[in-house]
Amino acid sequence: MQGQRYEPFAHHFPLSQFLQQLLNGLFLGSIYALIALGYTMVYGVLRFINFAHGDVFMLGAFTGLYLHKLLGPMMAMMPWPVAMLVILLLAMIICAAAGILIEFLAYRPLRDKPRLNVLITAIGVSLLLEYTAQLVFGATQQPFPVIIPKGNIGGLGGLTVTITQVIVLVTAVVLMIALRFIVMKTKLGMAMRALSLNPTASALMGVNNSVVISFTFGLGSALAAAGGILYASLYPSIEPFMGVLPGLKAFVAAVLGGIGNIPGAALGGLIIGVTETLVAGYSDTLGIPSGYRDGVAFVILILILLFKPSGLLGKAEREKV
Amino acid sequence: MAALVLGLTGCKQQGGGGDAAGDIVIGEVAALTGGTATFGTSSNAGTKMAVAEINMAGGLLGKQVRLVTEDDQSKQGEAGTVAKKLISRDKVVAMLGEVASGRSLEMGPICQKAGVPMISPASTNAKVTEAGDYVFRVCFIDPFQGTVMGKFAISRGWKKVAILIDTKQDYSVGLSQYFKEYFAKNGGTITGEQSYGSGDKDFKAQLTAIKAGEPDAIFASGYYNETGLIASQARELGITVPLLGGDGWDSPSLVEVAGSAIEGSFFSNHFSNEDTSPKIQEFVKKFQSVYGKVPDAMAALAYDSGMILADAIKRAGTTEGKALRDAIAATKDFDGITGKITLDEKRNANKSAVVLTIKNGKFSYVETVAP
Amino acid sequence: MKHHTSHFALLLALAVSLGVSLCSSQLDDYYLDIMLNVGINVILAVSLNLVNGHTGQFSLGHAAFMAVGAYGSSMVTLEMGASMMRVLGGAGPVAESVTFLVALLVGGVSAAVCGWIVGMPSLRLRGDYLAIVTLGFNEIIRVVLQNTNGDGPFGGALGLKGIPAYTSFFWVFATAAIAIYTIGALVNSTYGRGFLAVRDDEIAGESMGINTTRYKVLAFVIGSFFAGLAGGLYAHLRTTISPEGFNFLKSVDVVVMVILGGMGSTVGVIVAAVVLTVLNEFLRDFEQYRMIVFSLLLIVMMIVRPQGLLPAGLFQRRKRA
Repeated sequence: MQGQRYEPFAHHFPLSQFLQQLLNGLFLGSIYALIALGYTMVYGVLRFINFAHGDVFMLGAFTGLYLHKLLGPMMAMMPWPVAMLVILLLAMIICAAAGILIEFLAYRPLRDKPRLNVLITAIGVSLLLEYTAQLVFGATQQPFPVIIPKGNIGGLGGLTVTITQVIVLVTAVVLMIALRFIVMKTKLGMAMRALSLNPTASALMGVNNSVVISFTFGLGSALAAAGGILYASLYPSIEPFMGVLPGLKAFVAAVLGGIGNIPGAALGGLIIGVTETLVAGYSDTLGIPSGYRDGVAFVILILILLFKPSGLLGKAEREKV
Repeated sequence: MAALVLGLTGCKQQGGGGDAAGDIVIGEVAALTGGTATFGTSSNAGTKMAVAEINMAGGLLGKQVRLVTEDDQSKQGEAGTVAKKLISRDKVVAMLGEVASGRSLEMGPICQKAGVPMISPASTNAKVTEAGDYVFRVCFIDPFQGTVMGKFAISRGWKKVAILIDTKQDYSVGLSQYFKEYFAKNGGTITGEQSYGSGDKDFKAQLTAIKAGEPDAIFASGYYNETGLIASQARELGITVPLLGGDGWDSPSLVEVAGSAIEGSFFSNHFSNEDTSPKIQEFVKKFQSVYGKVPDAMAALAYDSGMILADAIKRAGTTEGKALRDAIAATKDFDGITGKITLDEKRNANKSAVVLTIKNGKFSYVETVAP
Repeated sequence: MKHHTSHFALLLALAVSLGVSLCSSQLDDYYLDIMLNVGINVILAVSLNLVNGHTGQFSLGHAAFMAVGAYGSSMVTLEMGASMMRVLGGAGPVAESVTFLVALLVGGVSAAVCGWIVGMPSLRLRGDYLAIVTLGFNEIIRVVLQNTNGDGPFGGALGLKGIPAYTSFFWVFATAAIAIYTIGALVNSTYGRGFLAVRDDEIAGESMGINTTRYKVLAFVIGSFFAGLAGGLYAHLRTTISPEGFNFLKSVDVVVMVILGGMGSTVGVIVAAVVLTVLNEFLRDFEQYRMIVFSLLLIVMMIVRPQGLLPAGLFQRRKRA
């Protein structure tokens, strides 16, 4: 780009900067994908939007923070990958338990009630988690501990990628592969798929629907918790309402990919992450405020609902009586 | 309905007799809960300390001073409601608060209409005192703060500065505008202007764009929450130049979140608790013994607002609204914690700002910039 | 017979609110403020009840329509108020009232138009999508207003200030009475049967030849119109408005009133709006616990008493077939 050729937009849109933005979006998108998986799985088995999912994500981040405080001296002795793994796994287990508990206490009594009641309950659970967190953890932002060492990966030309970003992406991909394995290759996974196809038939075939639903909530919540910790590692400042926007965006990602469709959720997450970053990165050049980045997901949602409500990878479904 | 109305009117007449104990009642509106609770609790601590000291010294006009604090929950609309409550129910003679400009703007017209003088400790938006001649403040205003950092950047010999604006905060928008005006007029170049909104976590997109302009410094005048993340993400992207900001950076959280990434950056503030003058050191020591922490600028400003009010009541010799207003307006060279305060004809404090830097995780004093 | 009573009730309400308004200077400012807040919340709750209660849809973005009304009406009084007054023969109670009426209607109609734009695509889909889309719309409105120029007509993040304090007891309670009357009359008309059909069994309704989308959109547009009026009243009561004041949590406040009062029960919703607004004032010191209690109530209510504390049936005499 040393001026051999006239490039009208070269000043505003150099290629390396574009690639950097694309990478930034990819890392953000991989976290949205993790959260979106939880929405999609719960929707698959229960046909409802678990509004509180974004707050389990928040809970995951705070669990990580407190685990780190609690295990402080031990953490210091471990090499950082072990410390990260311990915190990640413990937080996933704790939040899985929380997810199962939420389903058992709040959603299970409503299993056969109108969908609107379940939706309201979900909003109630979401607010309960947020305001309880505010009471317990305080309303102000708290720094998340630095577990992954700071520093950049070299050898990428002009592009900068931090160790944290790589760890985030690798963890997200590993978790998605693990999920794929659970859903496709295990008995419980098969039961999940059966239940989402037809709950009555699956029950008749000997599937214990309640156990499968609990398992689905646990799995989704564990992924949300992992997402929370990864997000907090990337953006180390956490507060009780941190789950609201990522949660909504992840929901849009799930709808974009086709709600109920697992690969769709992952794809949707990446698309939302990249689009949002590109809008934020170039909006000022284009003359629109980058504050609009938060609007991007909702514009995508409205467009998808208008033109392809079944999502990119979903199958159209006619509502049955 | 009629009975209800009668009942309510009755209350109004009953309340008219003033405070039963014969105290001087001062109202305070602060955000003790919600999003900006850190500022509210700090300013509340400062105000309480001022009132305690006034009472220890024998009170005012032979009476004790009683502070009634109402929490506006950091919410729009609430500041107005509690201001009305303080005026009509508690019969306050004067009002202290709010810290946030948006909520001070809400209280201003109410105090003006009721003829109750109001002193905002830290609302820096220029429009706040335009509500009327009963509304004052003890802090400098945004245009001044933006200019201070512009002067500072020029004095450091920086030629190219990029700007990162928090468009959700009018404060940041104003600061950036005045910084830009001063800096550009005095030979500097703005190499890029990017924006974000408070609550954002990811600034890599904007910083990547800023990096391309190779600035000598970045003027990032948002609040500490986002600035901490901006600093660490800037360093991750290989941006090594200092960040510049305003008093919205003033919180220990800044260093907790940013760690070493914020070292060597600069911001303007109302006072430095490192200042060696005996008056300030005494204040810092007293504050520490009561609250167990070092006072920040909000606490110092709130303390000053309480002391200026007390001084005015003494000079006026009465708590009657008009006379008290005139006495506050006549405040000249008041020796406060945050500097020598003179209230100008626009009811703004005319005083100098300090520039602080972050060194070894602490805010340390660099220089004082006079108006 | 029934119509006569409701006409009479409306006239009585208008007369009483005018009467109280005339002697409102005798009222304590603070109490008056609470009463006006009560009235505005009644309008909000009753109008949201038309959507969430009578039609069985679920909007989570009522504050957005309130914002549109608040900004729309304030722009009329701020930008054109002076010239309108001049045309009307100088400042005076009559010119002021006409100006305010025009401003309120502009706000209400703008909100209704937004309701139509948002409702058209999303109301074709199931109820929980509307929840997300309206929530998204709430965010978009806030983001757009916040990112406007500070010196422009919307005032950016700081919002608008110096709005004339036109809102009086009369305006608030007259609007509330009209809202209750209009929505009550609507629900009891042929349209009302259409609304109920949408709520009770959409698919059956559709197969009976009822254009369910049309009824849903109609309810949504009317609900938005009254939310816009409430916004206008709110703006001219507070005299300053900012985008942040119309966030998602403001919408949740209204939702809580509707659910606790009993979805579809006008009396229940009014009582809930009054009680919750007054309670809010007395429980100021317990603010941190307020939302925790409300969210718990939402969850428990959905399980134990989904029809609300004061359901519709409680106040209606059984109609014989």
